[in-house]
Amino acid sequence: MVEMVNRPYEAAFEKHALANPDVLCISADLTSSCEIDKFRDNHPDQFLSMGMAEQNMMSFCGGLGLAGYRPFVHTFGVFTYRRPYDQLMASIAYPRRKVRIMGFLPGITTPGGMTHQAIEDISVMRSMPNMTILETGDATEVESICEAADSIDGPVYCRVLRGSVPRLFDTPIVVGQMREISLGEDVLIVTAGITTEEALRATAALEKAGVSVRHLHLNTIKPFNDQALLDHINSVRGGVITLENHVTEGGIGSLVAEVMADNGVGKKLRRLGLKDTYAHGGSRAYLMRYYGLDALALTQGVEELLGQPLNITEDDLAQARVEAVHSLAKAEGL
Amino acid sequence: MRNEKTTEDIALGIRRRVFEHAMRNNGGYLSQACSAAEQLAWLYNEELNLGAPTLPMIPKPFEGVPHADNPDYHTGAGYNGPFEPEFDRLFIAPAHYALVAYATLVETGRMAAEGLEMFNQDGSSVEMIGAEHSPGMEVHNGTLGIGLSTAAGLAWGRKRRGETGRVWVYMSDGEVQEGQTWEAIQACAHHRIDNVKAIMDVNNQQCDGAMDSVMEVRDIKAKIEAFGGVAVECDAHNLDEMREAAKTPHEGKPLIILAQSNPFHAMPILEERFPRLHYVRFKSEEERARMNASIAESLGVEPIDYAH
Repeated sequence: MVEMVNRPYEAAFEKHALANPDVLCISADLTSSCEIDKFRDNHPDQFLSMGMAEQNMMSFCGGLGLAGYRPFVHTFGVFTYRRPYDQLMASIAYPRRKVRIMGFLPGITTPGGMTHQAIEDISVMRSMPNMTILETGDATEVESICEAADSIDGPVYCRVLRGSVPRLFDTPIVVGQMREISLGEDVLIVTAGITTEEALRATAALEKAGVSVRHLHLNTIKPFNDQALLDHINSVRGGVITLENHVTEGGIGSLVAEVMADNGVGKKLRRLGLKDTYAHGGSRAYLMRYYGLDALALTQGVEELLGQPLNITEDDLAQARVEAVHSLAKAEGL
Repeated sequence: MRNEKTTEDIALGIRRRVFEHAMRNNGGYLSQACSAAEQLAWLYNEELNLGAPTLPMIPKPFEGVPHADNPDYHTGAGYNGPFEPEFDRLFIAPAHYALVAYATLVETGRMAAEGLEMFNQDGSSVEMIGAEHSPGMEVHNGTLGIGLSTAAGLAWGRKRRGETGRVWVYMSDGEVQEGQTWEAIQACAHHRIDNVKAIMDVNNQQCDGAMDSVMEVRDIKAKIEAFGGVAVECDAHNLDEMREAAKTPHEGKPLIILAQSNPFHAMPILEERFPRLHYVRFKSEEERARMNASIAESLGVEPIDYAH
């Protein structure tokens, strides 16, 4: 089974910040929740507490950017764009400040309910000119997110996983490069973040049921490589299905739909995710089941997409082993 | 760059230029020239330590917004001189004062008078609401309340780098209605950011009219002090008081000078338009002519021949 890594962000940020003196650690009263409490204690000179005042924090970080610093903003994703949207736009995105926004608790990864769940962040950030969007889907991506984000000439929004995170990949994020997890020919599954692990589970069951799965994992959502996606869409017979920890409007489902429509691709597309709804508070597993974001929802979606019953049960999925995806899979790719 | 003219002359010149512009264009930000002329004249002519401008006297046209595909993009900050450790920076937080700020650049020899003719013309960088590519601007401040926070971040960073230059903010009193202003002051106090200095045009006016009728803000000085800043009041039309106010000690805290101004100073006929002074658009040819004659007399110039 996959290795679980405890608090991968903590050490990764410290390593990156210490190697880059112009990186500053910014916190908005969620320091331990964002795994930077040890950094605060050990490196107070590189840490700035901005309190529970996100509007000021965003413009202040714009000013730090003007002074040549690269602030890493740490808070829950939802607090980085809902209240301080104007400041994010005017003080960071417009002037292309090198502010690295580390948004923790993406989507339903928190029992905090509507106020804590960033379910439309990708949609908001995709429509913001100059903003880059990265999303982490495993411990290796969390470990490489700081370096990836800091390589961007402009502002970056990152969906970061915290706590105990599975290690699915053995190579770091390469900005702009999607991961080719499997290269089957019946159906294309596109996932990002925590839905990738679900798709790995679903893939095992789908393959058993005779469906040849092509699976892509996105860690760079904007800018996006349309051609690479098109090549994969053209390689499957049965259509495309997306599963996202986000509303289905404006996220990766929309992204895939736009690429297909722009290029006149006449294949079926099913977009799974939060369907024009808020979520409520609960455990991740419960919420993923309740809102149809899990492996079972994905296999059912594939059934509908292909128009054939696959008879995959919850038990089949529970027994599906999720193994780490080694770079070998990538090497077999294009 | 400094002291070729007296600050009083520059203030008068600012008002004359804004007046001429407003007459020709059938309206404009006249009241801001009344309240702000001495403050901006004093900043540019006396208080700010700025180098010579680095951008052409006649502003270049709009050359696109910041974008990965626009590598030659630059802001209008070059009109305030180069970024050097010892030089000050200035943010005009209420970007609606842009016309008055541009007039100040002209009066202090930092921009050609032709620049003012480009104001609010399509394709021009001399925008109505100062953009960051507009002359003398470094950041977008048209969304009110973000200026002080940006200055605080820059000031903290400059201090960390050992730079001696200060970060000045030109503020408006309406901005104190925005919560972000108070977040910024508390952050400056918490992080002991004292290389931020601001002068606030306390004219008691905002877009809808007199501030007390729109949203009472009560005692701004007491509030600034309660949030950890240092506030000092002065008469916005008395340069000696302004000079003294700027000397107020404020170690470990930001300084905010509250310049109590008169929104029809030097153009008394504008009082007819109270309380709608934010943007004075003449209601009739008769009013335009009457204001033209009256303000021209107040400012000691001939009425503007706006028919041509």
